[in-house]
Amino acid sequence: MVAFLRFLINGISLGSVYAIIALGYTMVYGIAKMLNFAHGDVIMVGAYIAFCAMAYLSLPPILAVLLAMVACTALGIVIEGLAYRPLRQAASLAVLITAIGVSYFLQNAALLIWGANPKSFPSVFSVGAIRLFEGELVISSETILTIISNIVIMIGLTLFTGRTKLGKAMRAVSEDKGAAELMGINVNRTISLTFAIGSALAAVAGVLLCSTYPILMPTTGSMPGIKAFTAAVFGGIGSIPGAMIGGILLGVIEILGKAYISTELGDALVFAVLIIVLLFKPAGLLGRPVREKV
Amino acid sequence: MGERKTLLKVNDIHVYYGSIHAIKGVSFEVNEGEIVTLIGANGAGKSTTLNTVAGLLKPRTGTIEFEGRPITGMSASRIVSLGMALCPEGRRVFQQMTVKENLEMGGFTRQPQELPAALENVFTRFPRLKEREKQIAGTLSGGEQQMLAMGRALMSKPKLLMLDEPSMGLAPILVEQIFDIVKELNDAGSTILLVEQNAQMALSIADRAYVLGTGRITISGDAAEVLADDRVRAAYLGG
Repeated sequence: MVAFLRFLINGISLGSVYAIIALGYTMVYGIAKMLNFAHGDVIMVGAYIAFCAMAYLSLPPILAVLLAMVACTALGIVIEGLAYRPLRQAASLAVLITAIGVSYFLQNAALLIWGANPKSFPSVFSVGAIRLFEGELVISSETILTIISNIVIMIGLTLFTGRTKLGKAMRAVSEDKGAAELMGINVNRTISLTFAIGSALAAVAGVLLCSTYPILMPTTGSMPGIKAFTAAVFGGIGSIPGAMIGGILLGVIEILGKAYISTELGDALVFAVLIIVLLFKPAGLLGRPVREKV
Repeated sequence: MGERKTLLKVNDIHVYYGSIHAIKGVSFEVNEGEIVTLIGANGAGKSTTLNTVAGLLKPRTGTIEFEGRPITGMSASRIVSLGMALCPEGRRVFQQMTVKENLEMGGFTRQPQELPAALENVFTRFPRLKEREKQIAGTLSGGEQQMLAMGRALMSKPKLLMLDEPSMGLAPILVEQIFDIVKELNDAGSTILLVEQNAQMALSIADRAYVLGTGRITISGDAAEVLADDRVRAAYLGG
């Protein structure tokens, strides 16, 4: 029972990281109707920057995270402006291939700058841990922090898109770019803003991920990126609560699957669940079926 | 006519969709306080003309001036802030947003403190929208969505309101109502550029009219003259 609880909490924690990454995928997809496969690599860049800030500049963790967020925000805006904006009218396949290209570019740039040897990510938030059931169940401060960050981000984004002028403009652009432009909304700037937010969240996810799984290398972002993309599709791509639910469910399934079924099959299990969900709900758990209205 | 200020002046614009020459040298103007209508058959280029004026499409040659200021090639979002609003064909309200949020988007270019008064103004004009303030726009009827699209365009307090096929797909009784509202808006001081397939109705409320035929203006003049023109009667008014 205690073991199950431990797995469940670890699952929620890992799922929270997936959820934060999935938010970036889903927001960008919602607004630009493109799959930004380079998103996972932005996580890696964020983690490296936080790592360098702590290891070489001896900055406190909180400043390192902020620095990583700022750098990733800039990176996201630059990627969108240089690689995706010129393709706004192009076929979606061209954009997809470009995104894969950006992903490889970031990985190889990281290889060039930081080398192939894995870095051991320092323990960022060792404030102590909660011990329950006479010390049988230990919940680390990283776990708690991850889950809290996830909740805070979720509430923040919901308020942003629901209450603020820019957030509503973002929803308007994701529904109908032409009509949004006719309202006086600068569509390009709104898309940039979305990439900026998604990339800042990726930096947070990178640090959280590496504080739990402290091995950092140029490919660190790819697998979590693909899983978070899966989570976004699982929850219903384009839906913010969907990304959250999809992410957490995926994390829980992965950890429970690894614990009780097979460690080797854990990842396969995740994708098997995705396939089954999509067979019955093609738009994902919270996705809206696409209706073409004339 | 001469005493009225020219608000919009379109001068010999040519618009292409790829290699298709859709607008082949269209010129017209709209003076302050007028209702000007652009009529013509399906595919004549009416919507293309409006979309070009609004900045969604760029003319290859020709110029567009708004209040004497060149706006050719300016982005649609800039043009809105100069005081021109287009209520697009097919309404295009934000289906997943509430009525109020749609209206707020219409007022995107305005200062936040001006919004409550602008909302009040739209609700006075369209009481139905007030009743449905919190409803998701996609659940409104066609007529209500048209009202919302018009209300949304009015939120930017435009000097020139462009309406693209406001009667499209509506029941006759609603068409009457929409045209009454257009007339009321004009009486209240709005300048209106109206694109319509329903030529009879459009000509009955307009001051002046331009008839578009495959990318060119074929006939123009006072609405009453155009309404009486044999060619127009034969082509667009069913005899």
